Amino acid sequence: MPTLKTGGRLKSAVCAGEIMVVAASDADVELTCGGVAMIDPSGEGEAGAAVHPDHAVGIAMGKRYITEDESLEVLCVKAGDGSLAVNGQLMLQKDTKQLPKTD
Amino acid sequence: MNVMMLLEMASGAFPDRPAFTDGERGLTYTYSELFEAARLRAGSIAAQGSSRMAKLDVSNLGTPLGLFASAWAGVPYVPLNYRLTDEEIAALLKRVTPAYLVTSTDRVDAFGGLDGVHAVSTDAFLDAAQNAAPVAGEWAMDPDEIAVLLFTSGTTGEPKAAVLRHKHLVSYILGSVEFASAPESDASLVCVPPYHIAGIAAIMSSVYSGRHVIQLPNFSAERWIELARQHKVTTAFVVPTMLARIVQTLEAQGVAQADMPYLNSLAYGGGKMPLSVIEKAMTLFPTTDFSNAYGLTETSSTICVLGPAAHREAVASTTAAGRRRLVSVGQALPGVEIEIRDEEGRVLNAGERGEIYVRGEQVSGEYEGKGSVVDADGWFATRDAGSMDDEGYLFLEGRADDVIVRGGENLSPGEIEDVLLTHPAVADAAVVGVPDEQWGEAVAAAVVPKAGASIDEQQLKDLVQSQLRSSRVPAHVKIWDELPYNETGKLLRRVVKAAFVEQSQ
Repeated sequence: MPTLKTGGRLKSAVCAGEIMVVAASDADVELTCGGVAMIDPSGEGEAGAAVHPDHAVGIAMGKRYITEDESLEVLCVKAGDGSLAVNGQLMLQKDTKQLPKTD
Repeated sequence: MNVMMLLEMASGAFPDRPAFTDGERGLTYTYSELFEAARLRAGSIAAQGSSRMAKLDVSNLGTPLGLFASAWAGVPYVPLNYRLTDEEIAALLKRVTPAYLVTSTDRVDAFGGLDGVHAVSTDAFLDAAQNAAPVAGEWAMDPDEIAVLLFTSGTTGEPKAAVLRHKHLVSYILGSVEFASAPESDASLVCVPPYHIAGIAAIMSSVYSGRHVIQLPNFSAERWIELARQHKVTTAFVVPTMLARIVQTLEAQGVAQADMPYLNSLAYGGGKMPLSVIEKAMTLFPTTDFSNAYGLTETSSTICVLGPAAHREAVASTTAAGRRRLVSVGQALPGVEIEIRDEEGRVLNAGERGEIYVRGEQVSGEYEGKGSVVDADGWFATRDAGSMDDEGYLFLEGRADDVIVRGGENLSPGEIEDVLLTHPAVADAAVVGVPDEQWGEAVAAAVVPKAGASIDEQQLKDLVQSQLRSSRVPAHVKIWDELPYNETGKLLRRVVKAAFVEQSQ
């Protein structure tokens, strides 16, 4: 899997999902989508690979996902059927606080 | 990380929604049209081998197109103030060559002749046929690349070029805007200049939320009111002088209410809002939510917001402290920290006046050629003076550089202005320090009387004497018809100061 660096993009090997890394404090973790390691956006997913049923809640465009210890935060830039996980632990959705419109 | 990604997401999620409409020319880009147009203009910029894209024109479709095309091409976007003189503009352009300049037709020849400047007209930039070679490949995702170079207004000395990197702008948007949160019927009226940080922020936050932007290139209260009604505008941002003119215009029309039922949200910022203006505005727009935003170029726009609920509570409050909240700029955004410090850098307590420091992902605090002025712990000294109350509401007191040093004592102009403004005959007030043989500096006040009212100088001195210490009493008072503000509502203190100095010579 490509290393995780802030600003970098990855895509799912098993669904349409794509993410951008917002903040990463450890580059050497395994980030999966749908239970399969995410790949470089220019890469090709494995033929016949599918979203694992335990990783199938999906990700929504514009939502941010974070690990429990906040060591990794990503932004979903394309929706997909797979869920994100780091070293097997599912990532959590982070809420954006609703603010008054100011610009 | 790249601001183009914000447009890519919007274009993917709602390609056929209108994104930007030029309120004067009536032209519109949908989100997918803007995305494809950016691909082509990035190709035009790249083909010239330019290292920057400069835009010297009023707001039009070329404004968002320039921002996104630059980001795609990987060159900083440099919006220039078209109100400057030709000499001033040429001096700024020299600092950003080799530049791809997009400007109004009448200025192409004047600036296209400069060394290292390739100039095209806005019309040519917007013409798809003249920009038919798309850029190869995607934009870079390096968060440290520069997205925007913004010349600060240079109220003191030569303008500085603030550096805003993709990480600062994207952090600001991700932290403050929910993706696709705007209903399809939302329309935002944008009248701040395109070379102002609020103009940049408006483009990005509207795109990310999916809102339709209506551009008003040259502000007038009459046109603002017309466009707001015509496009059923739901949200808008104005600087205090604009809101004052809108209020005046509506009052002159003799209406009790603005008759803009669609306007859910009206935000203001960029300068100090007079209490009388915001109070009248809240009466004229009874169903509109008001927000006050405070931010700087160096902080990628807004860092503090006084929201609608706080506005209503302040108006309804029966205590002086509660009412004073109405002139507060509110509380820090999530992810933004604020401290008030004294001259030695010590953090001050609630209520104490000092310099405002800010820290957060969206804070750049960097100038071209000077590097970052953010300290080792990430704090940026804003040079704005202020205080924070015990609930974290921030109050601005002018620029730290505006502090008057009289006989070794530091006096805040804002504190004296606030007292002068409580006088029933005073509409506006500016306090500056002027050279004084005995004290080093003396307090001088320029005051504007309310229509039909006359001001007694001694009364004003007595008022300050009774509210503050005697050192704060103005030694000089001038009655002016109006105070000098720049087009974004910043009081030009140096102009006030110069007038006092000139007279004493």
